Amino acid sequence: MRHSFIPWLLLGWVGFLLLPWYLLEDGFWSFIWVTDGYASDMDYAPAILQGLVGERTWLLPLIFPLLIPLRLLSLTKSDPRYSRYLIIAGACGLSYLLVQGFAIGVSGWQFMGLTSLFGELELQQYGMGYGAALCGLSFLVLLTTGLAASGFLKGDVFVTSSIGLVIALVGLFVFFPVSQILLSAFISPDDLFTPMLFVEKLSSNNIWSLSCLNSGYACGIAWNSLALAISTAVLTTLLGLAFALVITRTGFRWKKSLRLLTVLPIITPPFVIGLALILLFGRSGVITTFVADLLNIEPGRWLYGFPGVLFAQVLSFTPISFLVLIGVVEGVSPSMEEASQTLRANRWKTFINISLPLMRPGLANAFLLSFIESLADFGNPMVLGGDFEVLSTEIFFAIVGAQNDQSYAAVLAILLLAFTLSAFFIQRRWLGKKSYITVTGKADSGTYMGLNPGMRRLCYSTVIPWAALTVVIYGMIMFGGFVKSWGYDNSFTLQHYSAAFAMSWGDVGIIWEGAAWDSLWTTLTISAIAAPFTALVGLLTAYLLVRQQFKYKEVFEFGTMLSFAIPGTVIGISYILAFNVPPFELTGTGIILIICFVFRNMPVGVRGGIAAMSQLDKSLDEASLTLGANSLTTFRRVILPLLRPAIIAALVYSFVRAITSVSAVIFLVSADHNMATSYIIGLVENGEFGIAIAYCSVLILVMLTAIICINLLVGQRRLRRTPSNTPSPRKTSFSSSTLKENQA
Amino acid sequence: MSLKHRAGSVCFENVTKIFGDVKAIDNISFTIEPGHLVTLLGPSGCGKTTTLRMIAGLEHPASGRIMIGGKDVTSLPATDRDVSMVFQSYALFPHMSVAENVAYGLKASGMKKNEAMEKSADGLDLVGLAGYGHRLPSELSGGQQQRVAVARALVLEPEVLLLDEPLSNLDAKLRRRVREEIRELQQKIGLTAVYVTHDQEEALAVSDRIIVMNRAVISQEGSPRELYEQPASTFIADFIGDANLVDADIISTSENRAEVAVSTLRYSLALRDFKIGRVKLAVHPSAIRLSLICEGSQGLKGNVRRATYLGSQMQYEVDCELGCLFVVDFRVDQAIPIGSDVSISFSDRGLALVDTD
Repeated sequence: MRHSFIPWLLLGWVGFLLLPWYLLEDGFWSFIWVTDGYASDMDYAPAILQGLVGERTWLLPLIFPLLIPLRLLSLTKSDPRYSRYLIIAGACGLSYLLVQGFAIGVSGWQFMGLTSLFGELELQQYGMGYGAALCGLSFLVLLTTGLAASGFLKGDVFVTSSIGLVIALVGLFVFFPVSQILLSAFISPDDLFTPMLFVEKLSSNNIWSLSCLNSGYACGIAWNSLALAISTAVLTTLLGLAFALVITRTGFRWKKSLRLLTVLPIITPPFVIGLALILLFGRSGVITTFVADLLNIEPGRWLYGFPGVLFAQVLSFTPISFLVLIGVVEGVSPSMEEASQTLRANRWKTFINISLPLMRPGLANAFLLSFIESLADFGNPMVLGGDFEVLSTEIFFAIVGAQNDQSYAAVLAILLLAFTLSAFFIQRRWLGKKSYITVTGKADSGTYMGLNPGMRRLCYSTVIPWAALTVVIYGMIMFGGFVKSWGYDNSFTLQHYSAAFAMSWGDVGIIWEGAAWDSLWTTLTISAIAAPFTALVGLLTAYLLVRQQFKYKEVFEFGTMLSFAIPGTVIGISYILAFNVPPFELTGTGIILIICFVFRNMPVGVRGGIAAMSQLDKSLDEASLTLGANSLTTFRRVILPLLRPAIIAALVYSFVRAITSVSAVIFLVSADHNMATSYIIGLVENGEFGIAIAYCSVLILVMLTAIICINLLVGQRRLRRTPSNTPSPRKTSFSSSTLKENQA
Repeated sequence: MSLKHRAGSVCFENVTKIFGDVKAIDNISFTIEPGHLVTLLGPSGCGKTTTLRMIAGLEHPASGRIMIGGKDVTSLPATDRDVSMVFQSYALFPHMSVAENVAYGLKASGMKKNEAMEKSADGLDLVGLAGYGHRLPSELSGGQQQRVAVARALVLEPEVLLLDEPLSNLDAKLRRRVREEIRELQQKIGLTAVYVTHDQEEALAVSDRIIVMNRAVISQEGSPRELYEQPASTFIADFIGDANLVDADIISTSENRAEVAVSTLRYSLALRDFKIGRVKLAVHPSAIRLSLICEGSQGLKGNVRRATYLGSQMQYEVDCELGCLFVVDFRVDQAIPIGSDVSISFSDRGLALVDTD
């Protein structure tokens, strides 16, 4: 093909001439619009008809940027007009599309000035639909193709367009909503700019009060959140370290089972631990009643409040800190410890002076991760918080509750965002400066030294009871659904499962009678759609970051990683604020859920992709390029096949996270698109623990099945044909020279 | 297999490459004739690999012009250049079979699949690996992988073949054999090839011409014999020939000969633009004659500090008034024991006047 932009231009024409321009009430994929008077009904009409027949004349100028590139068909790439025309077409098209979208909304002109300038507008317009989306995409690619032709990024169209696309997406779905939240915090209910109101709300007693220290009143929610986050972070880091040490440095017998614990938090909906804790330690919990009977005391309600939330969070996040720390603890080269010992340091001194300092980045990482997770956690405080209020739940109640104070929610969201972002920055700055490389790539024989007896006893005495508790908790989740009513009537029943998942044969096949089927199917569909997009966007971004050099790469990286530090509740309300009105009117659709998942989980795909890609020898790409393949072919034929493990990880992670996430989802679900987690939260609020637990256990099983299926579907990299006798290498680096050694 | 004969020339004009604020290549110019095998030789960090990668289009110069086959390719990316490269690590795609690896470039440039596979088989045949096509790279030995990498580059019939230290991952014995094979293949097809190495023996063995680089500039360019026998600078004399550098004096000059005095010894050498006075003389280790000292010995007096037996040759370090000399002697059965007093003389075939730098 002579011009790579032609298919993209066609796409733009299709968007302009054929597809419905505006968002459709019944959804695009239902195709009701095809049969229901497509061209004549102005709700369904494409832009060209909207402009000519429907009098939405402001759409007609969009035809010019679509016409300009036609002029280029006779030009060659090296003609300077080629790049100039493409840039003009793309930039003008894109900016006019946005300007008209923002200027004209459901009630005509959106800005006072425009009304006085052009007079009242009879017609209005709704959110942009697929027609507009295709046009926008087309303009974007025309612009990037033009930039590439003018010499951007060595003239690589694929790389330029990918970067443009990622920037556009992240801008639209991360920065735009977050900026809306910042704006709305400064705006009073009657649409006036009031910075004083912001200061007033921010300094509210409700947030910063310290009265719990000297009186019986509750402290401010900011202090609550911080205290909780710091306690959780300290405890999880210590526990995680104890787990990691037991696995690497002792002869503990059930190491493999301990490692399994790391998988658990990934497939556990965040409030499930809280639920199980209620069944164990709540007022009518098994252990509470047992202890109360034994000691003849009144069952307490200590679980509801700070201790309970802390307990649940430590249970939830310890595996995460374990996961971080095990890598670091294993990364400390045994030969360094051996060197220290041959220099006459004993085991204790070696541990304190050598091993521990080398683990420092891991400890910091684990601490900050748990800190961020705890601040952002919504499920556990929701279920166990009681009177103990934290930022993430307060945001929710500010929107949903009786006060319905959007700007108060926005203020809280900004505060929460400030906390998590500071932690995120500290983590990056502090860890970025120091190099603790201990894995050198040289084969490192030698074994880890054992812990000294005191340390070993300490580790065992924390790890074993904790692991046992975790097992009990998950036991509760699996079997709790079969018990009639916890604490009161402990007889076996299937009624919870039948209430949620009953089905029967009807005239037209299976009838899904259970109350939970709807939300389960929605959850699975949406997660299944979101997962491949997340993986694709994540890996593409990782490829750009690792393999391409361009200006402002750090800014680009930061932008793509930002959504990781934004708590779910903040994302939730920012999406509501940003996508409730045209031009991007997405609330109430399933698309907004998909988009939310893709951009929330993308950073993990990026991180995973970066890690995996750094293991691929760069000469593989270069070889492909010098063999005449372009960067798209290289990405498709060389990089992606070698990244299969990272693809699996990204797919599994994003699928499972989409199923288990609560905080953002709870703002975005609608009657048509209810998700499992928000449905379960509803059950918990109504006190229907039995069904909630039953649903949770089904979710966990579904996720396990899905993980296995994805693994089978994507398959293994076939790199060598050594079936049995060689142990599978844990880390495979793909420089061909190591492959050469492997085959020996 | 029929590989077309379309060797192209390579031409650098005042090329500079900057990484950060370091000049990796500082204003270099050279021309490589079609059909020649030219080696870029130099110590690590001298810029030879950067130069090669700029020919490939994997790096782009900050200023200057690069021409391949007479066409200006300065701003052309790697994909669009008619060159192919054999990487130091071979960079075979581990998830593709050997045949798929070789066919990759053909398919990428739009050849039909079965045609590409046919040609790939021809390519493997050419490097003596017929029948290995279905294997994975990991199932081949290092030498075989190396040949796959060469076949993969050759089937594209490039104007220029680039080789980046292609032998560095092979053991010493294999290295000798493979370099002969590469040279043979290059001459048979009549390819233009650019070969990067830091091993001077390798460079002397395979090259038509050698471009020696040092600290981002070209130090000297010439045929292997020119570089070895007439090094222009102490750097070249040391790097190519392991030569001893000793002080000498030019006593008189005539036409293009110079009368040179090294201590008490006198030699008549080819003169380049040197003036009468103090110069540096490069003395090749094999050009030094040692004999046990006896009545009437003419040479310089020296004492053997170290003697190493290497099977085919003896290596000595000899202290004398010129400093410590490194000597290679092939008369193994007349080895001189450590501590002996010896008389030293030079054969004038192995001497060269050099610039100090």
